[in-house]
Amino acid sequence: MIPALALVLGVVLGLVLEPTVPAPLQPYLPIAVVAALDAVFGAVRAQLDGIFDDRVFVVSFISNVLVAGLVVFLGDQLGVGGQLSTGVVVVLGIRIFSNAAAIRRHLFRA
Amino acid sequence: MSPGAPRRTLPGLLRPRLRRVDLLVALLLAALGFGAAVQVRSTHQLSALGASRPEDLVRILDDLSGRDARLRAEVEQLTAARQRLADGDDEDAALQEARRRGQVLGVLAGTVPATGPGVLLQVEDPTRAVRAEVLLDALEELRAAGAEAVQLEGRGPGGAVVRVVASTWLLDEDDGVLVDGVLLRPPYAFTTLGDPGTLASALAIPGGVVDTVARVGGTATVRSSDALRVGALRPLDRPRYARPAPGG
Repeated sequence: MIPALALVLGVVLGLVLEPTVPAPLQPYLPIAVVAALDAVFGAVRAQLDGIFDDRVFVVSFISNVLVAGLVVFLGDQLGVGGQLSTGVVVVLGIRIFSNAAAIRRHLFRA
Repeated sequence: MSPGAPRRTLPGLLRPRLRRVDLLVALLLAALGFGAAVQVRSTHQLSALGASRPEDLVRILDDLSGRDARLRAEVEQLTAARQRLADGDDEDAALQEARRRGQVLGVLAGTVPATGPGVLLQVEDPTRAVRAEVLLDALEELRAAGAEAVQLEGRGPGGAVVRVVASTWLLDEDDGVLVDGVLLRPPYAFTTLGDPGTLASALAIPGGVVDTVARVGGTATVRSSDALRVGALRPLDRPRYARPAPGG
């Protein structure tokens, strides 16, 4: 309950405060959001599987975001930032889909 | 799926518990919501331009530059066209030029009267011996000598006058000559505009028009003048088939 409330609170804060993203962070924020979403979907699936662990979630969340940002940063330095961003989004998207499918099987038995 | 019932279910995940790691999880999720909301908002605000990569921005800038150049050229073109249209002097000049050409062509086509120096060739034919071919020879001779406007008058009974143009034709009749469908009776008079000296000498050469008329029994007299008037007109026929070619 608290994590869901926190999520909603964050969305509200983001909408109300209307902060501007610093220019150097602008390419990384969307990737970071997608990576965090992947961690959250993995956590929900783990919870349903009964193997959820707080620490694993925290570590996977942070490392997901960091690795995604690092990959994009490296891509930018190598001149293939756009392509690597697309690659990261595709991989994370596939993971999100498979996690979502597992969650669906748990909830609906189908 | 699993044979044993799961120890925790979705409500279990959402059940309030408060430990330090729970706070951390809540913080991370709040950060996720915050970041997502900010990203969505900035994407809408900047229409993705702010989040674009340098190479994309360069490409967009290139596109805009090309578009800018195209539009600039179009503006120049349209401005020049407007200037031409708005330039009244230029338009007047074009109109005057067109009128001048119309006058010149009208003299050639026989649609406007003409005056100027030239010769008056009078052909007396008391015996009706001067046939159409003699008159045609006279016309050809006058043209060869540089006649610019010619009218042929029949001064006999029911006198008529015809402007001679490129399409003029002559046909023998019992008591005269049919010219462009108009019956002319002798004596005939050619009013010709051109250089009087050239025209007169062309008519007077041995074996020329004057000799020919005399041989068949008529008399031809040539009189030069500084001010003759070719007043006979012919209607302007609109060509049925020929059209002005574009680009002429």
